Parts: sequence; C-alpha cells; structure tokens
Amino acid sequence: MIDITEVRKIYKMGDQEVRALDGIDVHIGKGELAAIMGPSGSGKSTLLAILGCLDTPTSGSYKLDGLAVEKMSDNQLADVRNKKIGFVFQQFMLLARTSALENVMLPLTYAGINGRERRRRAEEALARVGLQDRMDHRPNELSGGQQQRVAIARALANSPAILLADEPTGALDSKTGADIMALFRRLHDEFEQTVIIVTHDPGIASQTNRTLRIADGKIVGDDWHPNGRSANGTEETVVAAPAAAH
Amino acid sequence: MDFLENVRIALRALSANKLRSTLTMLGIIIGVGAVVGLLAIGNGAAASITADVQGIGSNLIQVIPGQMRGGMGGGAASSAVLTMDDVDLLQDNLKNTAGIAPVAQVGATVTYANTTDNQTVTATTPDYLAIRNREILRGRALSDADGERAARVAVIGTETARQIFDGLNPIGRTFKINGVQFEVVGLLVEQGGSGFGSADEVILIPLETGFTRLLGTSTVQSGQRTINSILVSAADPDRLDTVTGDIERLLRREHGLAAGEDNDFSVFTQQEILSTLGTITTTLQVFLGAIAGISLLVGGIGIMNIMLVSVTERTREIGLRKAVGARRNIILGQFLTETLVLSIFGGILGILFGVGIGAITTATGMLTAQVTWESIAMAFGFSALIGLFFGIYPAYRAANLRPIEALRYE
Ligand SMILES: Nc1ncnc2c1ncn2[C@@H]1O[C@H](COP(=O)(O)OP(=O)(O)O)[C@@H](O)[C@H]1O
Ligand SMILES: [Mg+2]
Repeated sequence: MIDITEVRKIYKMGDQEVRALDGIDVHIGKGELAAIMGPSGSGKSTLLAILGCLDTPTSGSYKLDGLAVEKMSDNQLADVRNKKIGFVFQQFMLLARTSALENVMLPLTYAGINGRERRRRAEEALARVGLQDRMDHRPNELSGGQQQRVAIARALANSPAILLADEPTGALDSKTGADIMALFRRLHDEFEQTVIIVTHDPGIASQTNRTLRIADGKIVGDDWHPNGRSANGTEETVVAAPAAAH
Repeated sequence: MDFLENVRIALRALSANKLRSTLTMLGIIIGVGAVVGLLAIGNGAAASITADVQGIGSNLIQVIPGQMRGGMGGGAASSAVLTMDDVDLLQDNLKNTAGIAPVAQVGATVTYANTTDNQTVTATTPDYLAIRNREILRGRALSDADGERAARVAVIGTETARQIFDGLNPIGRTFKINGVQFEVVGLLVEQGGSGFGSADEVILIPLETGFTRLLGTSTVQSGQRTINSILVSAADPDRLDTVTGDIERLLRREHGLAAGEDNDFSVFTQQEILSTLGTITTTLQVFLGAIAGISLLVGGIGIMNIMLVSVTERTREIGLRKAVGARRNIILGQFLTETLVLSIFGGILGILFGVGIGAITTATGMLTAQVTWESIAMAFGFSALIGLFFGIYPAYRAANLRPIEALRYE
C-alpha cells in the first residue's frame, strides 16, 4: 500500500545542503504495525511527514495504493490526508479552547459530514480511545495522556487506512506511554489499520512487528519481528512481506 | 462544506478565542465610532454655523472696528474704534438703506428670583429688529421713546426667557442686569437653529440705557461713545456693493485715512461672512476628520497587533487543519468569514458608538450632530479593509505553506 522509491528530501540552508532523506526505498504493506527508529536528526520525522502527505519529497516517487502522490494536486493531497491518513503528533496539536469532541469532529467536518452523523462518529472515535466521559473537556482540562488519546481519536475519526504517529509517547511518562502504545496495538489488531510509529523507545518498537532503522537519511535496518517481541536484534526473525501487500 | 458550515466554523473559532476576538473588534469599534461620531459633529457644527449666518438676513452689512486681514483670522488693530459719530455720519449721508443700527454688547450678570446667569446684553436702537429680520411674538418692540428716556426695558429671546423665567410668561416681569432692574416688554419670535450664540439667546435694551446704566466709562474714548458694530440693511440686495462702497468712503474720510492707508474698520456682507465661515468650517471638518483618521489608524494598528501576535498560533492551527484534510479554499473561506464577522459586528457596534457620540453631543445642546452615509461607508469600508488585510494575509500565507511547515512555524 505504501511504496517509496529513491526518495530524497534536501533542505537548502544558504549555500549548505541538508540531506534529511538521502535515497529511501521502502515498502509497507496493508495492516502492518511498524516502528521507525533512529538517532535524533536522522530524518524520521521528515520521512513520516512525506508518508502522511504533509510534505513532498525533493525527488523520488511515492505510491499510495498505487497512486503517485507527487502528481497529486493540492486539493487531492488534502483529501488523502482527510480520508486515508490519520496523523498523531508528539505535541498532540489539539485546538486550544475547543472541546475534545469538536477537535475530533474536525476531520469529519472537512470530509463534508455534518450534523448528527458527524457527532455520532466523533463520539464513537472518542469511545474507542476510552474518553467517552471526557468529550466536553478542553485540552487544558485533560492530562497529557488524555490529550494524546483525543489526538488519536481525531486521527481515527474518518476510519483511515493508515495511522501515522511521530513519537506519540515522547511527551508522556513511560506508564502513560505504554498505555498509548497498547491502544495503538489494540487499534491495529481490531481494525487492521496500517500503523507506523516513529519512536526512540526500544520498548515501544518491540511491540511492533517491524522496525525500520534510519540514520543520516538512509534506511540502515529493516527487522521483522511478527510476534511483537524484542527489537534489539537478539531474537528477531526476518520474514517476507505479508502476502496482502500486493 | 457549504457556506453555513463555514460560518459555523468561523463562529466556533471566534468564540474559542473570545479575548482576541473582542480586542480585534474593539479596534474596529473605536475606529469606526470615532470617524462616524467626529464627522457627525463636524458636519453639525458646519451646518449650524452656516444656518446662523443665513438667519442674519441677506441684505445685512456689518461694520466692525479694526482691519481684518486674510479673513476672520487676521488681527484687528486694537486702537481702532467705531463711535456714535460714525453712526450719525452714516445715518445722515448713507443712501439706499432700510435701516442702520449701532450695537454695543456687554457680558452681564442677570438675576431673577434665585437664579443668576451670565448673558450677553445687546444695547441697540429700534431699527435693529428690522435689520435682523426679527419679529415680536408677544409684547412690544423697543421704541424711540424708550431710548430717549433711557428706559430700563428689555426685549428678550425665547431661549433667554426659558433660562431666566423658566416657562413663566416674561412680559411685565422684572429682572436685574448687573443689579439694575429691567422690565421685559417684548418676546422675540423663536428663530430656532442651535449653535454658538443662539439667535434665541438674546437680551435687547435701548442703546441709551446701555450707555448710561450698563456699559460704564470704558466704552467712552476721548469723549466719544464707542460701539461694537454698526448694522446696516441695504434697501435692495442689488445695492449691497454700492452701499458697502459708500460706507467705506464715508468712514475713511471721517477717520482721516490718507490714500493708500488701510481701513481701520471692516465691512462685511453676509456673503463674505458665509465664505469666510466656509473656510473655517472646512478647517474644522478637516481637523475632526484627521482626528478620526488617526483613531481609525490606531484601531487598525490594534487589529494588526493582535493578528500578528496570533499569527504563530494561527499558522499552527492552519497547519493542523490542513493536516486533517482542509482544502486551501476552505481555510481561506474560514478566515475570510471570521474577518467578515468581526468587521461587520465591530462595524455595526462602531456605527452605534459613533451615532451615540453624535446623540450625546446633540443632547448637550451645543449643536445638532449630523451622521452622514459617507462617513459610515468610509469607516466601515476602511475597517473591513484593515480586518481583511491583517486577517486574511497571514491566513493566505499559511494556507499556501505545506502543512508540515505551518505546523512547525515559529
Ligand atoms: N525545515 C527544515 N529546514 C532545514 N532543515 C531541516 C528542516 N526540517 C528538518 N531539517 C533537518 O533535516 C534533518 C532531519 O530532521 P528530522 O526528520 O526532523 O529528524 P528526526 O525526526 O529523525 O529527529 C535534520 O538534520 C534537520 O535539522
Ligand atoms: Mg523528529
């Protein structure tokens, strides 16, 4: 479902070039639960933003469900972000002074779903992340973990095929982070969503089925551990990509 | 995504940030209110001054001491005076006139029962009423006999009657001017038109009475009784220029002015007064307009400040909205709607505020403020432009960013 070939992202800072991504080839199949790991500044966020159609590569091709993303218009990209992708940020990115329910309704509004149906779906998404009794709370009335759950509910609202999370537990303590990770696993197991999580935490990565390692804008490791065990390389089992991929 | 939905998003965003919305609107309210209110005051003042002068009568010629250079703003030579000799000279020699009246005015303390008030008292001759187009509503006018006897009688205007006698019939009542008792013998027909020195706020007494009872020695210079002005009514509007020329010639000779020497008096016709006042009222309006413009600018800067401060926050908000699937035009539509809602609400409140300023000014009785559509349209348009520019421009920039850039904006 996700096919990336020779993707480069180059930032020009004056006469200096920063190669944030330097020739990435990766294939991620439908229903995968994958982690992206790597040192700070290695290009993880840049890669995830490109996967989420929040950014465009300098060169290379990105095929999403067989469609060339780089050929899409601004409006088509907006629709892809709206319907196919749910994005979760490290800093939650909730609208301040706006209730949890209204935050979750945002992508539904932009999908043109109005009235009672929009409300119903937003409530359903909040119920999925366990916040059915916090719907009218504003972000500043919620804990960090609860805020991240609202953000996840927002990402789920349009039932996207792909869930992308950039260090979703980075701003949370380890206990809350573990809960959030458990939530991702549950969502993946229940709804067969493709989930890609950028993380620093080997404990988080170990709960996924695949760990992509990235350094200096290049993929330096691609470990499969379908049983969701340790990702530190000692017990990993490399298997072929799932049959559902193509 | 229909229009109503966009309005709903905009209202939600505005109510989510009430402080920012209120402050932005405050800038618009102050700017629009100042423009509408101050221009209304300016127009009202101009209209009332012009109406007052027009009420004087179109055949009127006014002679005052001293030379006015460069319009009414010029200085008058302080030594120049007009005397009763000048009046006698005009009365004996001037042709084509319907009346000539000397006028001596003095500010005096007026008392009746327990009320004390400061009023301008006008001492003049019976011709005055005809020259000023004034008529008697009740009682009688001042007569020549009143002057000969230096009678302590007065004819007053309706506004003065209200102020002194508080609604009582003034005819036959007595009151005191600087401690001297006077009897009211006549009440003037109301002329209306409020303004600086209303035509209905007037106390007329015989000239002789004025000189002997009120004016004192300061009005006598080298044995000559001096007066504030001489009013002349031309018999025919077409003769205004002739009469004016005659007055100048007679007075120059009487005052012994050599050829080439400036007049030590000034002669105005109503037309000249109107045109001079025209420049004054225009200056006044420009002045008030400038103040209003500055208010509008300050309001605009206020809006700009609030918008700039919120740009970072709003840029991230736009990034987020784009990230969850808002198309560019939806974002722009949302911000446009927000701005329009603020501008229109603020504009309406500002207009009410400005009309309120006008109404308060009118209520003080100084003048009747006149709110014009032009000022409303101008203020509204300008504030909408400011709102649009400072609201839409950052949004336009942010909407054109890639979502990731907008999300990371600092
Ligand atoms: N907007 C930008 N302009 C210039 N350089 C950038 C920009 N965004 C990211 N970079 C650079 O690209 C590299 C990769 O960044 P990033 O993807 O955020 O790394 P990670 O998420 O792995 O920490 C870094 O060197 C970073 O400084
Ligand atoms: Mg990062």
